[in-house]
Amino acid sequence: MAALPALPPSALAAMLKDSLAAAVVAALLAAPLLGLRLVDSAQGLSLATRFPWIAYAAAAVFCGRLALSLAGASLGRRLKSRPQTTLPLTKKPSNTRKIIGWVLIVVALVLPWLPFADRNLVDKATLLLIYVMLGWGLNIVVGLAGLLDLGYVAFYAVGAYSYAILSQTFGLSFWICLPFAGAAAATFGMVLGFPVLRLRGDYLAIVTLGFGEIVRVILLNWADFTGGPGGISGIARPSFFGLPFKAAAGPGETTFADFFGLTFSPLHRIVFLYYLILALALATNLFTLRIRRLPIGRAWEALREDETACRSLGINPTKTKLSAFAIGAMFAGFAGSFFATRQGFISPESFSFIESAIILAIVVLGGMGSQIGVVLAAVLLCGLPEWFRDLQQYRMLAFGGAMVLIMLWRPRGLLASRDPTIRLPALPDAAP
Amino acid sequence: MDYFLQQLINGITLGAIYGLIAIGYTMVYGIIGMINFAHGEIYMIGAFVSLIGFLLMGALGISYVPLALFLVLLMAMLFTAIYGWAIERIAYRPLRGSFRLAPLISAIGMSILLQNYVQVAQGARVKPLQPIIHGGFELTNGGDYHVTLSYLQIIIVALTVTLMAGFTFIITRTPLGRAQRATEQDMTMASLLGVNVDRIISTTFIIGASLAAVAGLMVTLYYGVIDFYIGFIAGMKAFTAAVLGGIGSLPGAILGGLLIGLIEAFWSGYFSIEYKDVAAFSILVMVLIFRPTGLLGKPEIEKV
Amino acid sequence: MTRPPLLAVEHLTMRFGGLFAVNDLSFTAYQNEITAIIGPNGAGKTTVFNCLTGFYKPSVGRLTLSRPDGRSHLLERMDGFRICKDAGVARTFQNIRLFSGMSVLENLIVAQHNRLMQASVYSIAGLFGMARYRNAEAEAVELARYWLNKIGLTAQADWAAGALPYGSQRRLEIARAMCTRPAMLCLDEPAAGLNPRESQELNDLLLDIRREHGIGVLLIEHDMSVVMQISDHVVVLDHGAKICEGRPADVRADPAVIRAYLGPPDDEDLPPDIAADLDSGEAA
Repeated sequence: MAALPALPPSALAAMLKDSLAAAVVAALLAAPLLGLRLVDSAQGLSLATRFPWIAYAAAAVFCGRLALSLAGASLGRRLKSRPQTTLPLTKKPSNTRKIIGWVLIVVALVLPWLPFADRNLVDKATLLLIYVMLGWGLNIVVGLAGLLDLGYVAFYAVGAYSYAILSQTFGLSFWICLPFAGAAAATFGMVLGFPVLRLRGDYLAIVTLGFGEIVRVILLNWADFTGGPGGISGIARPSFFGLPFKAAAGPGETTFADFFGLTFSPLHRIVFLYYLILALALATNLFTLRIRRLPIGRAWEALREDETACRSLGINPTKTKLSAFAIGAMFAGFAGSFFATRQGFISPESFSFIESAIILAIVVLGGMGSQIGVVLAAVLLCGLPEWFRDLQQYRMLAFGGAMVLIMLWRPRGLLASRDPTIRLPALPDAAP
Repeated sequence: MDYFLQQLINGITLGAIYGLIAIGYTMVYGIIGMINFAHGEIYMIGAFVSLIGFLLMGALGISYVPLALFLVLLMAMLFTAIYGWAIERIAYRPLRGSFRLAPLISAIGMSILLQNYVQVAQGARVKPLQPIIHGGFELTNGGDYHVTLSYLQIIIVALTVTLMAGFTFIITRTPLGRAQRATEQDMTMASLLGVNVDRIISTTFIIGASLAAVAGLMVTLYYGVIDFYIGFIAGMKAFTAAVLGGIGSLPGAILGGLLIGLIEAFWSGYFSIEYKDVAAFSILVMVLIFRPTGLLGKPEIEKV
Repeated sequence: MTRPPLLAVEHLTMRFGGLFAVNDLSFTAYQNEITAIIGPNGAGKTTVFNCLTGFYKPSVGRLTLSRPDGRSHLLERMDGFRICKDAGVARTFQNIRLFSGMSVLENLIVAQHNRLMQASVYSIAGLFGMARYRNAEAEAVELARYWLNKIGLTAQADWAAGALPYGSQRRLEIARAMCTRPAMLCLDEPAAGLNPRESQELNDLLLDIRREHGIGVLLIEHDMSVVMQISDHVVVLDHGAKICEGRPADVRADPAVIRAYLGPPDDEDLPPDIAADLDSGEAA
């Protein structure tokens, strides 16, 4: 550990004064809301005092600020320096990333067969993979094309509800409903996107947020179509390509267990669902990797860099943005169908703004445009809180705080660097 | 006719509240070009501090209503202003040079942080308050429907108008206001001319937060019940009001607020109450598509 | 000898409220020629460019682009991006607008977007790795390589564009514009910030472009060494109006041009009695 640099007393005094000032501000902030507490009682509200909390807050801020100032040379200076504005470009193709990627895929493939894997773990992993897929989908819109979409959850909802309604009204199987749900979400994305995509970043964010809320309110209130607050239940559970996961076979059907000669276990369906979402997520990932190397993918990234320059090169910004929006929406739609079939029941509660914020946080935290970053961020943001269930009420608090901290520390995300999509091939007869 | 009149009164009152919150959005956007996503939460904090303030007055035995009101107003404005200042210092100032989305994402994080901070600190249940200001005028002309104009409604509108006049005076006639307008136009040049840009920006946040605190106080009195989520919805509507009126324009914010308030009152009065939030969001979308500069805003010419 | 016209600007007027940034401007730029638009600051040069390239809608005027293959386009009616895509007008910017986070090669490939999009059939051929797309991409890389050689950046092909030195960035922007295979190249102050050696390299590049690619070049410039050395045709603007037009040597000697740049002669605008005094003083 590096030795603390010897500080002149004046610098130390300045740091102490600064930390003291910060502590005073913290005390003032804490006084009304932490120091006093509203207490519900039969006679109405009353106040209770919690003055020690003010002291705790002040002390914590004092120590934290002092620690930051003392960490001095590297950390302090870095905090004050201008955050980098362009993504660093990798000079050589990064092998570490590739290896990590393959390792993660292998781990994901064998997860259910690991010795300590139980139903709980596979369930959690399935939930995590939904977020990873949504993160990869939003990555296309936010990370690649630079369009800040705060209403991504709307497409997720459209996918889920389309699947639910289709499967209930027409009794179609998952594999048939899936493309329809994706198409519905993509269409929705285009309808939504068309009027608003020429808006600047901040405005686009707010409008998409508004759309997300509009969709939620409609889902909540259009009870005839969407089942209202009660949602839609009794959605068909998935089958293994026609073989239902049931304990006992109905007339004329063979169950999955019977077909493969296994004893029935509810675990079969869980594991199947896990591999299903894994396949969907990997498909999203593969698609993204390929599309980056295609003209449309490059156009998305160029649009993110400088839209004016794109226009001057003959690129149609509206059509390009629309395609990013629609394709991102499509993947959300797929994820939504999976969600519906896994739960067997959906309601507007699952599609609030907080979900959009979480997915956005995953993309931003991971590093916009970075596929592995999304996985890492999803594990941190969704995986860890699952393990700390008892601290549930602090989860969102920590979440918001983490978003702010990441922007202050590494605005480009944890794994922020960009692999160029094409490198100049050496000429066959190039001189050494 | 009476029903219409009542909705009109309600709408104007609501509009005054939205207008006060909208001023915060519009001033911040005008000066640093970002949407302060956490502003709705500032308003919510203002409401909570007001509520706590009223209970404190009760606990201290101050029962003379105007005095209590005045003290709570001061308290709410003071503490909320500190929150506004702190948020700018912590979450926005360090990101001023960064890429476009960074401050916005930081603001979203701040918004979530504040919402949950209040939820954890004060409990998730809604907080009701006994009505403090009673009574009003009855304006009916003998029909079945009683049109009332309550004292509270008069106070709200009067306070808004006073504050509005006060701040317009500050912005247009004082050196502070001049410096603020200069910073809005060209931050670099203003700083070269000796304007302390950091302080001006902080002041803008403080003013916006104080006005939001007043709105929070009024909402606490008007509706009698608050919870930690009111910031989100009110924030969206106030932002819609700011955009509708023309972002960056102070009178525009009030005008936009009035319009949104009226639209919401008439919509819930005559159509449906469930979709009233949708009405506000839809207006936002319409305005941004068809007239992005709003009613009183100036068109932006792209510099190449 | 008939010079085939490339761009015919007729009665172009751009009004911002009460201010006439460009006032009834008419001139013609020809194919295979380098036309320079010069004038003191505020003369309206960049406004003209912005009207040509779709950033402003002209208040009045007609801008006709005639391509060598006979097609012509009315630029004042076209959407911003179509001016490059359909009419073949490419431009560079006063403040360089490269895709700084993308590599030099990527910048040049993005410029060939429309061609590649066609070849990939809305990305479907691309997604499945079909030969049609692979060939088109290889072709695009070859064109990029050609230009990289021309501007001397082959070794830096995989560098981030933002990491290049200023002069290289300017040249890259020109190369990127050329990768769109334009009919006309519009350069907005390409020599700004370049030292004399770099300006000379720029001249060589532009002369090369004119010679080998047979397109017309329209440029705004303050650097007279560039203007005088390479332009075939010069248009001088002042306060939004054209005050002179012709060959570089002719324009240089034109009194109206000198007046615009240097101001009126010292003895002009003097009160008549003092002027008479001076005259009699000189004679005596």
